[in-house]
Amino acid sequence: MPATVDTATPATVRVRFFARYAELVGRSEAAVSLPLPATVGDVVRRVREDFPGARALPERPLAAVNLKQVKLDARVQDGDEVALLPPIAGG
Amino acid sequence: MRNAESFLTRAAISLDVLLAEVSAPDRGGTCVFLGTVRDGPDEHGVTAIEYSAYEEMVEAEFGRLLADARGRWPEARITVRHRLGSIPVGEASIAIVAAAPHRAQAFEACRYVIEGVKQRVPVWKKELRVDGSEVWVDPSGRPTPHPAHG
Repeated sequence: MPATVDTATPATVRVRFFARYAELVGRSEAAVSLPLPATVGDVVRRVREDFPGARALPERPLAAVNLKQVKLDARVQDGDEVALLPPIAGG
Repeated sequence: MRNAESFLTRAAISLDVLLAEVSAPDRGGTCVFLGTVRDGPDEHGVTAIEYSAYEEMVEAEFGRLLADARGRWPEARITVRHRLGSIPVGEASIAIVAAAPHRAQAFEACRYVIEGVKQRVPVWKKELRVDGSEVWVDPSGRPTPHPAHG
């Protein structure tokens, strides 16, 4: 995280919730603003702080940015779509 | 090699359509995997499973998964369809069809794709039970003696 907000570039990412996570948070998506540089983990922390139901989400959920799975230390950019994915159960 | 417009469907899966997408005179071995909605001793009276997905990512991930498979088995042709929505017990939620000149490639490619689905493709399922309850399935937290289709 930047040392001061003066040098930080604000970014807005679209966060999407699916399946059980959407039920817990009570919504399927949200716009989250945060200063850059920021990681997916920062987005998760902000979501867990900002939305009451989101406190029930795991601190380290599976995540994707722009349709690809990423680790929580991946950087996010303005306009990214960040998805928080419950344990995959396809097939 | 993908002829379909989408890897997802809300209707019953048609094997004939999938077979037509991959069959050819020089592919003498075709392997079909069907995953069907199960109600067994380890379930609790499942009547149906409600499937949901991150649909845009499913399309992208299936594209990457099939590209990976083509890299491993260049002579094989593989297609897949995943059904979403409420699927009754006994009906197919996923079908994978792999056709290749010889059976070993077809079996291996088919197995590779279903294992990739289990790890990579963002689909979720909620069991609808006979007692009226609804339970999200978490394969990572629920050991099952039937790993072939969890």
